[in-house]
Amino acid sequence: MSSNTLKGKAYIFGDNISTDLICPGRYYHLRSDIEKLAEHVLEDARPEFASEMEAGNTFVIAGKDMGLGSSREHAPLIIKVSGCNAVLCKSVARIFYRNCINVGLPIITCDTSKIKEGDQLEVDLSHGIVKNITQDFEINFDPFPSIMTDILEAGGLVEYIKKYGDFKL
Amino acid sequence: MGKTIAEKIISEKCGKDAKAGDFVIAKVDVAITQDGTGPLAIRNFEKIGFKKVIPERTILYIDHSAPSSRKELSNDHNLIRNFAKKYGAIVSDVGDGICHQVTMEKYIKPGDLLIGADSHSCTGGAMGAFTTGMGSTDVAVGMGLGKTWLKVPSTIKVEFTGELAKGVYSKDMILYLIGKIGADGANYRALEFTGEAITNLTQEERFVLSNMAVEAGAKAGLIASDDHTRDYLKAVGREEDYREINPDNDAIYEKVIKIDVGKIKPKIAAPHTVDNIKDIGEVSEVKIDQVFIGTCTNGRISDLRIAAHILKNKKVADGVRLIVCPASRQVYLDAVKEGLIDIFVNAGGVIMPPGCAACIGVHGGVLGDGEVCLSTQNRNFLGRMGNPKGFIYLASPATAAKSALKGYITDELEGER
Ligand code: SF4
Repeated sequence: MSSNTLKGKAYIFGDNISTDLICPGRYYHLRSDIEKLAEHVLEDARPEFASEMEAGNTFVIAGKDMGLGSSREHAPLIIKVSGCNAVLCKSVARIFYRNCINVGLPIITCDTSKIKEGDQLEVDLSHGIVKNITQDFEINFDPFPSIMTDILEAGGLVEYIKKYGDFKL
Repeated sequence: MGKTIAEKIISEKCGKDAKAGDFVIAKVDVAITQDGTGPLAIRNFEKIGFKKVIPERTILYIDHSAPSSRKELSNDHNLIRNFAKKYGAIVSDVGDGICHQVTMEKYIKPGDLLIGADSHSCTGGAMGAFTTGMGSTDVAVGMGLGKTWLKVPSTIKVEFTGELAKGVYSKDMILYLIGKIGADGANYRALEFTGEAITNLTQEERFVLSNMAVEAGAKAGLIASDDHTRDYLKAVGREEDYREINPDNDAIYEKVIKIDVGKIKPKIAAPHTVDNIKDIGEVSEVKIDQVFIGTCTNGRISDLRIAAHILKNKKVADGVRLIVCPASRQVYLDAVKEGLIDIFVNAGGVIMPPGCAACIGVHGGVLGDGEVCLSTQNRNFLGRMGNPKGFIYLASPATAAKSALKGYITDELEGER
């Protein structure tokens, strides 16, 4: 990956942030209008988030079992479309993990417990390091499986298949 | 070396010896989407430029908001219908029922690999098929290429021994398990349900376990196929689709969990997580405003029979709204024929058309602020039924029906246990 250091501010969320909290079912009718749907990103976890966050300068920091629940890809999609750089969490539910990669949203599992609201972070995807600039410490994380790195690098699964025409392992 | 059910099916689909931890590319036999995930799958399918759908059994369901409750959704439904015509997919339209029920009745065979753009796609595990939920784009690619990539999961074997007490059902078994291992207790793994208590369950009862495997984070919830599976296939007119799928005796499991089902009492999942499991006694003071009997978890004919048996010639308590929704057109027809619909309507209930109905809150049955619903569905997350100020408790159809009569959460055998 080239330009693979992401910079931004931490917005803290808790454990068990379900896809219902990220992308509430009551906005079902907006699923074909992603920009509008994104106005409600994470609304039931933190109602003011969409208005507080700054596109291009935001990390979503969660606890354990991030993204549990439904398979709706709209959940990571609106996190990405709203301008979040990446999601950092202690652990992540399986379908959500796959979906993040498929929409081209980096999802990093690492120990997020010391990160505080508003901390300035730098995430180096290729070396697997989260730098907490505000508190001056580093957290390491494991690299993605190679197929996921390739999908992320292509910019998501649509672009990956367009590029390679098939899966390559 | 022996194989688990997951390893066996995936090996067959990728054409080599697949073991837990391997990354493989596997053939997709069945691909499904629903009206909430289908439109995104369709758009990405077209963006990639695929020319037709490869799996013959590619089924695009219209079930979550069916019939449509808003113009935006009506347009999504038409997008689905037009796409299916153009690219050669099957549409399961308004009134046919919930994707996971109709797939069991009409499409899935033991030994199949299914990917579905709906998290409860794991329901088919009870047929001895590897069925798993994915997102829209993964399924779009599965539709276009006829294959998907998978990390072969390791398997946790859950051995259910003993005999269920009266008034205790497979819903209570799975709630008990989720309470024990937690909502992420099987994350990335397959669950394999075995033991005499599983052998004794009917196919319909087994679907409940596999359906809720994802509530423990599992990729699949597998059960070996047997005579019950064959009976079920025969009843839906597909006996020739039967095939025996078993794990090897020397299969390697990550862990084995043993549960004596004789010790399980009726369970409740309290708001707002599915692993917040209680005995009924702990929540018996909770007053309920709405009871919902239906969904891909517990909206089958056997569930409606249990509920109707409890509600027969009785009326729901004052102030309780009872909503019943058959999981499919076939379930609806059977319920009409057996007089169950009469019983529900006479008890004060309303019947919704086959589909997801109140489960996800995009249709009728949305809760008011502060209201409590006791539902037979699989999830009780905050906001799930359309209002983040509502409270959802999960239970078996028997507990739901009995509670509807009492107006508060009650054991089916109240006073008799
Ligand atoms: S009934 Fe509920 S859980 Fe099942 S597919 Fe429909 S919305 Fe999902």
